[in-house]
Amino acid sequence: MIPEIEELYQEVILDHSRRPRNFGELADAAVRVHGDNPACGDEIHLGVKFDASGGLEDIKFTGHGCAISQASASLMTMKLKGKSRAEVTEMLRAFHDLVTDEISEAPKTLGDLRVMKGVRKFPQRVKCAMLPWRAVEQALEQGAGEASVSTEPA
Amino acid sequence: MHKIATTIVDWNAIREDFPILREQAHGHPLIYFDSAATSQKPRAVIDTLRRYYERENANVHRGLHTLSSRATEAYEKSRQRVAEYIGAASADEIIFTRGTTESINLVAQAWGGKFIRDGDVILLTVMEHHSNLVPWQLLAERTGARLRFVPVLDDGTLDLEQLPSLLTSEVKLFAFTHISNSLGTINPVAELCVKAHAIGALTLVDAAQSVGHLPINVRELGCDFLAFSGHKMCGPTGIGALYGRAEILDSMPPWHGGGEMIVSVTLEKSAFKKAPHRFEAGTPNIAGAIGLAAAIDYIERIGRPAIFEHDSQLAHYAAERLAELPGMHILGPREQRGALVGFVMDAAHPHDLTTFADQYGLALRGGHHCNQPLMRRFGVSGTTRASFYFYNTTEEIDRMIEILRDAVRFFS
Repeated sequence: MIPEIEELYQEVILDHSRRPRNFGELADAAVRVHGDNPACGDEIHLGVKFDASGGLEDIKFTGHGCAISQASASLMTMKLKGKSRAEVTEMLRAFHDLVTDEISEAPKTLGDLRVMKGVRKFPQRVKCAMLPWRAVEQALEQGAGEASVSTEPA
Repeated sequence: MHKIATTIVDWNAIREDFPILREQAHGHPLIYFDSAATSQKPRAVIDTLRRYYERENANVHRGLHTLSSRATEAYEKSRQRVAEYIGAASADEIIFTRGTTESINLVAQAWGGKFIRDGDVILLTVMEHHSNLVPWQLLAERTGARLRFVPVLDDGTLDLEQLPSLLTSEVKLFAFTHISNSLGTINPVAELCVKAHAIGALTLVDAAQSVGHLPINVRELGCDFLAFSGHKMCGPTGIGALYGRAEILDSMPPWHGGGEMIVSVTLEKSAFKKAPHRFEAGTPNIAGAIGLAAAIDYIERIGRPAIFEHDSQLAHYAAERLAELPGMHILGPREQRGALVGFVMDAAHPHDLTTFADQYGLALRGGHHCNQPLMRRFGVSGTTRASFYFYNTTEEIDRMIEILRDAVRFFS
């Protein structure tokens, strides 16, 4: 097998794309964000519930898309559940750097998310990895109700 | 002439005419299966472009010097060559454009702007590329015209039984693709033109996927407009053409204003040249037009009947072999397929497949192919497409099958 392929599609990523975690409707979500990548038709519907201090109490997603976007969403929801607003913002920045090659060493705080590092060698796939993160960013900004976000600004 | 060519074409020797086919991708020999997006260029076309810039380059139609005469002559000879290639009655029926998209926009703006009124109908099909949909949406928005669509059946062909109820007297134009860029469907152009004309509508054919692959004669097809791009038929990017029947072009106002398209100009108003120059404001893509003529010369040396036979065989062979793979869903008709196969695999998303294939040197296309309404029609967000041209081989298709088989194993 070709090393770049194995680095991009690590076993963890394939596993999360086949069996995404936190996949489903969040019944009592405070905010729902519909994210789409019009370039490929991928969609993610993210539901977020906040705790009293504004942190992410619960987060779930549905949707369809490539292995990268699905695994990224699955890994992201696992990582962000229970995190404070500040931690989420910091994680978002660190993850963006991770997949766009702006850092040499991935920060340990990213934990499992570091398996997404292979994306940096595939610039056309960065939007796939970032789609769920754009949705969570929008969820924080919006705070309540419905919102949508796209990888292609209209 | 074409018939003789079918028996003597040495397809492997033809590969030698395309320098890029010697390239490698990720350390593997390139397998280029994306010719429906853009074809590769033979050395004859590349050399023509270089020779033009080295020996003929000047602006056309205004200089009185030697080079300007050479450039003008070569540019207008190219127009004549395009006219012959598609069977137009005269070179005056050929407008050079940037490509199919610009050709269709020209008709929507110049013809549509003058002749389309509130309540008129433009008839399209569900399988149109965005380039033959969005210009009509814009026109409809400006004029109050309505759009109607011929549905697509599950087998990827047009639902022609609906035509009588769709082709009513409000329809002023029926614009449709010759060959679908996602399904490979070859539409019965001549039959559709007869039916449209019977109710007094004009016809526009999007020939982007057909003009380099099969013989086209606009007078036999009976279409009023035909739009195509040079870059999908061995020519350079940024050049294409619009064919329009002479009397229709003569009735159309200009669409872009500027130099080259005027007879005389005062500060208040201008008088315009006749077609085709009326529609070519500014310095045209001279090198592109000359390169397109070189591409036509190249294609004609092989012969379009031979090319069509070869491409169809590749597409049918590919569809047959792809069907061997597990969880494979092939879109489009079984019979009468243009030079491409669109498919969806249960094991992997089109973008994962194309990323995987690329690492083995195989260039496939994944996504919606500028066919979002058609993708929705088939309930998919995108497909993977393998598209072929006469420089491709069955051995390359066999290799694609091996790579996709590996992909199924990897992603399942």
